[in-house]
Amino acid sequence: MASPLSVSAPGAAAPEAPAAPQVAPLPRSAAGTSLDAGWQTIVWDDPVNLMTYVTWVFQKLFGYSRERAEELMLDVHEQGRAVVSHGVRERMEYDASRLHSYGLWATVDRP
Amino acid sequence: MSGEAVTVFRRDGDECVAVFAVDEVRVLRRVTSELVELLSGRPDHSDPVVRRLFPDAYPDRPDDAADYRRYTEGELKAAKLAHAGEVLAGLSGAEHRELRLDPDAADAWLRGLTDLRLALAVRLGIGADTDLAAEIDAAARESPTSPLAFQLSVYAYLGFLQESLLEALAG
Repeated sequence: MASPLSVSAPGAAAPEAPAAPQVAPLPRSAAGTSLDAGWQTIVWDDPVNLMTYVTWVFQKLFGYSRERAEELMLDVHEQGRAVVSHGVRERMEYDASRLHSYGLWATVDRP
Repeated sequence: MSGEAVTVFRRDGDECVAVFAVDEVRVLRRVTSELVELLSGRPDHSDPVVRRLFPDAYPDRPDDAADYRRYTEGELKAAKLAHAGEVLAGLSGAEHRELRLDPDAADAWLRGLTDLRLALAVRLGIGADTDLAAEIDAAARESPTSPLAFQLSVYAYLGFLQESLLEALAG
Protein backbone atom coordinates (compact mmCIF):
# COMPACT_ATOMS: atom_id res chain seq x y z
CA MET A 1 0.00 0.00 0.00
CA ALA A 2 1.20 3.46 -0.76
CA SER A 3 1.60 5.90 2.04
CA PRO A 4 -1.64 7.91 2.07
CA LEU A 5 -0.02 11.25 2.72
CA SER A 6 3.09 10.34 0.73
CA VAL A 7 4.97 12.53 3.07
CA SER A 8 8.47 12.24 4.28
CA ALA A 9 8.67 15.15 6.64
CA PRO A 10 11.47 17.38 5.44
CA GLY A 11 13.95 18.08 8.19
CA ALA A 12 12.02 15.96 10.66
CA ALA A 13 15.24 14.74 12.22
CA ALA A 14 16.60 18.23 12.75
CA PRO A 15 16.62 19.44 16.34
CA GLU A 16 14.22 22.20 16.95
CA ALA A 17 14.02 25.13 19.30
CA PRO A 18 11.11 24.88 21.73
CA ALA A 19 8.11 26.90 20.71
CA ALA A 20 8.12 30.33 22.28
CA PRO A 21 5.16 31.00 24.54
CA GLN A 22 2.88 33.60 23.10
CA VAL A 23 3.48 36.34 25.64
CA ALA A 24 5.20 39.11 23.72
CA PRO A 25 3.01 41.67 21.99
CA LEU A 26 3.42 41.88 18.25
CA PRO A 27 5.66 44.74 17.16
CA ARG A 28 3.51 47.37 15.55
CA SER A 29 4.04 50.04 13.00
CA ALA A 30 2.42 53.40 13.57
CA ALA A 31 -0.27 52.44 11.07
CA GLY A 32 -1.80 49.80 13.29
CA THR A 33 -2.41 50.91 16.84
CA SER A 34 -4.68 49.24 19.33
CA LEU A 35 -7.21 52.05 18.93
CA ASP A 36 -7.70 51.38 15.23
CA ALA A 37 -10.83 49.22 15.02
CA GLY A 38 -10.89 49.11 11.21
CA TRP A 39 -9.40 45.64 10.86
CA GLN A 40 -11.13 42.51 9.61
CA THR A 41 -10.75 38.77 9.84
CA ILE A 42 -11.60 37.15 6.52
CA VAL A 43 -12.33 33.48 5.87
CA TRP A 44 -11.71 32.22 2.34
CA ASP A 45 -13.43 29.40 0.52
CA ASP A 46 -11.53 26.16 0.17
CA PRO A 47 -12.49 22.94 -1.60
CA VAL A 48 -11.90 20.72 1.43
CA ASN A 49 -13.72 21.90 4.53
CA LEU A 50 -17.27 20.60 4.80
CA MET A 51 -20.07 23.15 4.90
CA THR A 52 -21.37 21.60 8.12
CA TYR A 53 -17.90 21.85 9.65
CA VAL A 54 -17.43 25.52 8.72
CA THR A 55 -20.86 26.32 10.20
CA TRP A 56 -19.96 24.47 13.39
CA VAL A 57 -16.65 26.36 13.69
CA PHE A 58 -18.36 29.75 13.27
CA GLN A 59 -20.87 28.88 15.98
CA LYS A 60 -18.19 27.57 18.28
CA LEU A 61 -15.63 30.37 17.90
CA PHE A 62 -17.88 33.39 17.56
CA GLY A 63 -20.98 32.29 19.41
CA TYR A 64 -23.13 32.94 16.34
CA SER A 65 -26.58 31.38 16.09
CA ARG A 66 -26.83 28.45 13.72
CA GLU A 67 -28.74 30.66 11.28
CA ARG A 68 -26.09 33.40 11.32
CA ALA A 69 -23.25 30.86 11.10
CA GLU A 70 -24.89 29.18 8.09
CA GLU A 71 -25.39 32.55 6.42
CA LEU A 72 -21.68 33.34 6.87
CA MET A 73 -20.67 29.88 5.68
CA LEU A 74 -22.76 30.35 2.52
CA ASP A 75 -21.15 33.76 1.97
CA VAL A 76 -17.74 32.10 2.11
CA HIS A 77 -18.89 29.33 -0.21
CA GLU A 78 -20.67 31.49 -2.76
CA GLN A 79 -18.67 34.73 -2.68
CA GLY A 80 -15.33 33.03 -2.12
CA ARG A 81 -14.76 34.93 1.14
CA ALA A 82 -16.54 36.52 4.06
CA VAL A 83 -15.66 38.92 6.85
CA VAL A 84 -16.25 36.96 10.06
CA SER A 85 -15.16 39.54 12.61
CA HIS A 86 -13.92 43.11 12.75
CA GLY A 87 -12.23 45.28 15.35
CA VAL A 88 -8.73 46.07 16.56
CA ARG A 89 -5.85 44.35 14.90
CA GLU A 90 -4.68 42.26 17.86
CA ARG A 91 -8.15 40.78 18.25
CA MET A 92 -8.31 39.99 14.51
CA GLU A 93 -4.97 38.19 14.73
CA TYR A 94 -6.29 36.23 17.67
CA ASP A 95 -9.40 35.29 15.67
CA ALA A 96 -7.27 34.30 12.67
CA SER A 97 -5.07 32.10 14.83
CA ARG A 98 -8.11 30.36 16.32
CA LEU A 99 -9.54 29.80 12.83
CA HIS A 100 -6.18 28.41 11.70
CA SER A 101 -6.24 25.97 14.59
CA TYR A 102 -9.57 24.73 13.19
CA GLY A 103 -8.09 24.43 9.70
CA LEU A 104 -9.97 27.32 8.15
CA TRP A 105 -8.15 29.60 5.73
CA ALA A 106 -8.25 33.01 7.45
CA THR A 107 -6.45 36.27 6.81
CA VAL A 108 -6.31 39.68 8.49
CA ASP A 109 -6.75 42.90 6.54
CA ARG A 110 -7.52 46.56 6.86
CA PRO A 111 -9.68 47.60 3.89
CA MET B 1 -12.33 -0.35 2.92
CA SER B 2 -13.82 -0.36 -0.54
CA GLY B 3 -17.27 -1.84 -0.79
CA GLU B 4 -17.70 -2.15 2.96
CA ALA B 5 -19.97 -0.11 5.15
CA VAL B 6 -17.98 2.42 7.09
CA THR B 7 -18.39 3.49 10.65
CA VAL B 8 -20.79 6.16 11.75
CA PHE B 9 -20.90 7.98 15.04
CA ARG B 10 -24.00 7.97 17.19
CA ARG B 11 -24.89 10.13 20.15
CA ASP B 12 -25.05 8.73 23.68
CA GLY B 13 -25.66 11.39 26.31
CA ASP B 14 -22.98 14.02 25.74
CA GLU B 15 -20.67 11.50 24.10
CA CYS B 16 -20.24 10.53 20.45
CA VAL B 17 -19.75 6.80 20.07
CA ALA B 18 -18.46 4.64 17.22
CA VAL B 19 -17.27 1.10 16.66
CA PHE B 20 -14.48 0.89 14.11
CA ALA B 21 -13.47 -1.99 11.90
CA VAL B 22 -9.89 -3.16 12.22
CA ASP B 23 -9.04 -1.78 8.76
CA GLU B 24 -10.41 1.63 9.68
CA VAL B 25 -8.32 1.79 12.83
CA ARG B 26 -5.24 0.79 10.85
CA VAL B 27 -5.76 3.42 8.15
CA LEU B 28 -6.63 6.18 10.62
CA ARG B 29 -3.61 5.38 12.75
CA ARG B 30 -1.35 5.41 9.74
CA VAL B 31 -2.46 8.72 8.22
CA THR B 32 -2.49 10.37 11.64
CA SER B 33 1.01 9.12 12.41
CA GLU B 34 2.18 10.55 9.10
CA LEU B 35 0.64 13.88 9.98
CA VAL B 36 2.43 13.82 13.34
CA GLU B 37 5.68 13.11 11.51
CA LEU B 38 5.07 16.01 9.12
CA LEU B 39 4.29 18.35 12.02
CA SER B 40 7.15 17.23 14.19
CA GLY B 41 9.88 19.00 12.28
CA ARG B 42 10.29 22.71 11.83
CA PRO B 43 7.48 23.70 9.42
CA ASP B 44 8.92 23.81 5.90
CA HIS B 45 7.00 26.55 4.14
CA SER B 46 8.15 25.38 0.71
CA ASP B 47 5.83 22.39 1.26
CA PRO B 48 2.31 23.23 0.02
CA VAL B 49 0.80 21.07 2.77
CA VAL B 50 2.57 23.17 5.40
CA ARG B 51 1.41 26.36 3.67
CA ARG B 52 -2.19 25.14 3.93
CA LEU B 53 -1.92 23.97 7.54
CA PHE B 54 -0.14 27.19 8.55
CA PRO B 55 -1.85 29.80 6.37
CA ASP B 56 -0.39 33.18 5.65
CA ALA B 57 -2.40 35.69 7.71
CA TYR B 58 -1.19 38.65 5.63
CA PRO B 59 -0.86 37.59 1.98
CA ASP B 60 -0.04 41.14 0.86
CA ARG B 61 2.15 42.19 3.79
CA PRO B 62 5.27 40.02 3.98
CA ASP B 63 6.68 41.70 7.12
CA ASP B 64 3.41 41.40 9.01
CA ALA B 65 3.04 37.83 7.79
CA ALA B 66 6.48 36.98 9.17
CA ASP B 67 5.67 38.64 12.52
CA TYR B 68 2.38 36.80 12.77
CA ARG B 69 4.05 33.52 11.98
CA ARG B 70 6.83 34.13 14.50
CA TYR B 71 4.37 34.68 17.31
CA THR B 72 1.70 32.11 16.47
CA GLU B 73 3.33 29.21 14.66
CA GLY B 74 4.68 27.40 17.72
CA GLU B 75 1.33 27.44 19.42
CA LEU B 76 -0.51 26.42 16.25
CA LYS B 77 1.85 23.52 15.70
CA ALA B 78 1.45 22.38 19.30
CA ALA B 79 -2.34 22.52 18.93
CA LYS B 80 -2.27 20.45 15.74
CA LEU B 81 0.00 17.87 17.36
CA ALA B 82 -2.31 17.72 20.37
CA HIS B 83 -5.35 17.08 18.14
CA ALA B 84 -3.53 14.35 16.23
CA GLY B 85 -2.38 12.92 19.57
CA GLU B 86 -5.97 12.84 20.78
CA VAL B 87 -6.97 10.90 17.66
CA LEU B 88 -4.14 8.40 18.16
CA ALA B 89 -5.03 8.02 21.85
CA GLY B 90 -8.65 7.32 20.93
CA LEU B 91 -7.56 4.73 18.37
CA SER B 92 -5.48 2.90 20.93
CA GLY B 93 -7.33 -0.36 21.45
CA ALA B 94 -10.23 0.81 19.27
CA GLU B 95 -10.12 -2.50 17.39
CA HIS B 96 -11.56 -4.17 20.45
CA ARG B 97 -13.93 -1.70 22.01
CA GLU B 98 -16.17 1.18 21.10
CA LEU B 99 -14.68 4.63 20.85
CA ARG B 100 -16.35 7.19 23.11
CA LEU B 101 -15.62 10.88 22.58
CA ASP B 102 -16.63 13.45 25.17
CA PRO B 103 -17.23 16.98 23.83
CA ASP B 104 -13.58 18.02 24.18
CA ALA B 105 -12.35 14.85 22.48
CA ALA B 106 -14.93 15.28 19.69
CA ASP B 107 -13.62 18.83 19.16
CA ALA B 108 -10.04 17.51 18.93
CA TRP B 109 -11.10 14.74 16.54
CA LEU B 110 -12.92 17.17 14.24
CA ARG B 111 -9.82 19.36 14.10
CA GLY B 112 -7.50 16.39 13.64
CA LEU B 113 -9.67 15.00 10.83
CA THR B 114 -9.65 18.45 9.23
CA ASP B 115 -5.85 18.58 9.19
CA LEU B 116 -5.71 15.08 7.72
CA ARG B 117 -8.17 16.02 4.99
CA LEU B 118 -6.36 19.29 4.23
CA ALA B 119 -3.01 17.52 3.95
CA LEU B 120 -4.35 14.73 1.74
CA ALA B 121 -6.28 17.18 -0.44
CA VAL B 122 -3.14 19.18 -1.18
CA ARG B 123 -1.15 16.02 -1.97
CA LEU B 124 -3.95 14.71 -4.21
CA GLY B 125 -4.68 18.02 -5.91
CA ILE B 126 -8.32 18.05 -4.77
CA GLY B 127 -10.08 21.13 -6.11
CA ALA B 128 -13.58 22.57 -6.12
CA ASP B 129 -14.35 20.69 -9.35
CA THR B 130 -12.94 17.34 -8.26
CA ASP B 131 -15.42 14.50 -8.76
CA LEU B 132 -14.10 12.18 -6.10
CA ALA B 133 -16.16 9.11 -7.00
CA ALA B 134 -15.23 9.41 -10.68
CA GLU B 135 -11.54 9.81 -9.86
CA ILE B 136 -11.57 6.79 -7.57
CA ASP B 137 -13.29 4.73 -10.30
CA ALA B 138 -10.82 5.88 -12.94
CA ALA B 139 -7.80 5.15 -10.77
CA ALA B 140 -9.16 1.75 -9.74
CA ARG B 141 -9.88 0.86 -13.39
CA GLU B 142 -6.27 1.62 -14.21
CA SER B 143 -5.11 -0.74 -11.51
CA PRO B 144 -7.13 -2.45 -8.77
CA THR B 145 -4.25 -1.93 -6.37
CA SER B 146 -3.69 1.65 -7.45
CA PRO B 147 -2.10 3.71 -4.67
CA LEU B 148 -3.95 6.75 -6.00
CA ALA B 149 -7.32 4.99 -5.73
CA PHE B 150 -6.42 4.04 -2.16
CA GLN B 151 -5.40 7.58 -1.21
CA LEU B 152 -8.55 9.07 -2.78
CA SER B 153 -10.63 6.50 -0.90
CA VAL B 154 -8.97 7.44 2.37
CA TYR B 155 -9.74 11.09 1.68
CA ALA B 156 -13.38 10.27 0.93
CA TYR B 157 -13.57 8.11 4.05
CA LEU B 158 -12.21 10.88 6.28
CA GLY B 159 -14.86 13.27 4.96
CA PHE B 160 -17.58 10.74 5.61
CA LEU B 161 -16.32 10.12 9.13
CA GLN B 162 -16.12 13.84 9.88
CA GLU B 163 -19.63 14.46 8.58
CA SER B 164 -20.89 11.61 10.71
CA LEU B 165 -19.22 13.02 13.83
CA LEU B 166 -20.70 16.47 13.12
CA GLU B 167 -24.15 14.93 12.75
CA ALA B 168 -23.77 13.02 16.00
CA LEU B 169 -22.65 16.20 17.77
CA ALA B 170 -25.63 18.15 16.43
CA GLY B 171 -28.04 15.34 17.27
